[in-house]
Amino acid sequence: MKYALLIYTTAAAEEYAAAVTAGRQAATGPGPWTEYTQAARDAGVLLGAEQLTHTETATSVRFRGEDRLITDGPFMETKEHLLGFYLIDVADLDAALDWAGRMPVREGQIVEVRAALSGMAWQKVLG
Amino acid sequence: MAEGPGLSDLEHAFRAEWGAVVATLARRLGDLQAAEDAAAEAFAAAAAAWPETGVPPNPGGWLTVTAWRKAIDAHRATRAAAVDPRVLSEVTAAEEADVTGKPLGDDRLGMIFACCHPALALEVRVPMTLRYVAGLTTKEIAAAFLVPEATLAQRLVRAKRKIRESGIRFEVPASARLAERLVSVRTVVYLVFNEGFAATGGDALIRGELCEEAIWLGRLLHSLLPADAETAGLLALMLLHHSRAAARTGQSGKPVPLAEQDRSRWDAALIAEGTRLLDEALARRSPGTYQLQAAIAALHAAAPSVTGTDWPQIALLYGSLARLDPSPVVTVNRAVAVGMADGPLAGLAVLEPVLASGALDGYAPLHAAHASLLQKAGYSERARGAWARAAETSAVPALRDELLRRHENS
Repeated sequence: MKYALLIYTTAAAEEYAAAVTAGRQAATGPGPWTEYTQAARDAGVLLGAEQLTHTETATSVRFRGEDRLITDGPFMETKEHLLGFYLIDVADLDAALDWAGRMPVREGQIVEVRAALSGMAWQKVLG
Repeated sequence: MAEGPGLSDLEHAFRAEWGAVVATLARRLGDLQAAEDAAAEAFAAAAAAWPETGVPPNPGGWLTVTAWRKAIDAHRATRAAAVDPRVLSEVTAAEEADVTGKPLGDDRLGMIFACCHPALALEVRVPMTLRYVAGLTTKEIAAAFLVPEATLAQRLVRAKRKIRESGIRFEVPASARLAERLVSVRTVVYLVFNEGFAATGGDALIRGELCEEAIWLGRLLHSLLPADAETAGLLALMLLHHSRAAARTGQSGKPVPLAEQDRSRWDAALIAEGTRLLDEALARRSPGTYQLQAAIAALHAAAPSVTGTDWPQIALLYGSLARLDPSPVVTVNRAVAVGMADGPLAGLAVLEPVLASGALDGYAPLHAAHASLLQKAGYSERARGAWARAAETSAVPALRDELLRRHENS
């Protein structure tokens, strides 16, 4: 089964900005996230992963009839921000929870585990 | 329809086999709702056929194979996307033979672990276990927990969807996760028992059945995992508590405190079984909170009277329990035991931090223990105040009456 491991932070905006930046700086050299990603790849479970830019840089597209309204900012102001995600393919929820539990996340960060639906008609396009 | 012998046999088979049939189907299909629907059809087929043909020699196997065929038919009819195609490709005649040969106990154990999965909310793990492992009806569970039946049914539907869509398996977890997951299973079983034992509300008769169900679940778990000391400890604890069932309530349903119980009415067979189980568990040298609580219950069960009870040993065991699993409730119990072993002033000293913290201010047993210790220490005036506080905080009417009586007599 495919699972999205969604990494959220509950910290205030400033701390969130620091978390994103720290992640970017860490990208210059290997660290715990490099090790984690390598482990997931070696285990053959990793389908993809992305780290997202600051939520302040988001642009939202709203649908009003035929109109497309472009607005600056996230769709909803919340205390929780999505930092990034991993997409993995494992046997069951227990295995997905294991991979979530191995993430080198910091205090105040949460990993939400969501199973992906399978067998949908649109997915046939992906082959 | 006449109540023929075939029908009452069916009823017996229903209770005994339903959980096992659903568990086998659920593991195969990965979908509890589909398993339940197929089982319902198989039992309806049995109700129609067995009064004519008689109950087959292996009713469980008959029901499982029939349910399995119904599940395949249902899938062919709807082409439902919910069933994993890999599972369906396995569906052959050979597979059916395998289903009948499979020991049913294994599948029921997998069902327990699915119903008690920590990814499900604790409030729903208890009714899920009662419904799908113990085989109680939604109506019975709703009555026991004072929840409208429709509300409970809705919670079960949500939980079943979560199990199916999130990929919770109806299987015994891998050994690396087993110990952690067993903790959740034991918690659920003991919650069921306590719900029946503590009687915080609801129908007394149904609540008595909850104790029986919990013991049945404990026996099942122990028979499937005989080497697990804490599982044996849990079963021993429940048996030892339950041995006092007949003596715990007096006429008109009033609770009788341990000190005043007619010990000749304690169930000697349950005490013997519980004590034997506990001894075997302790011999495994893998201590835990259930074994400690069972050891305390065993000392009470072995005592000829309150004064003839080994209070110093009980106080020590509560001390060990407090170290392993610190909680103010354990401290209250330890204070009572210390009060009996070393005198009321020693007991009051143990109780003092709990009273000062205010953590259990709404907990009637705290105030009852406080009142009893104060009274024995000769502080009659303060004892009266504590009895009143105990009566105020008690949620159970019968218990409240008893506490008020003691308040008046103090």
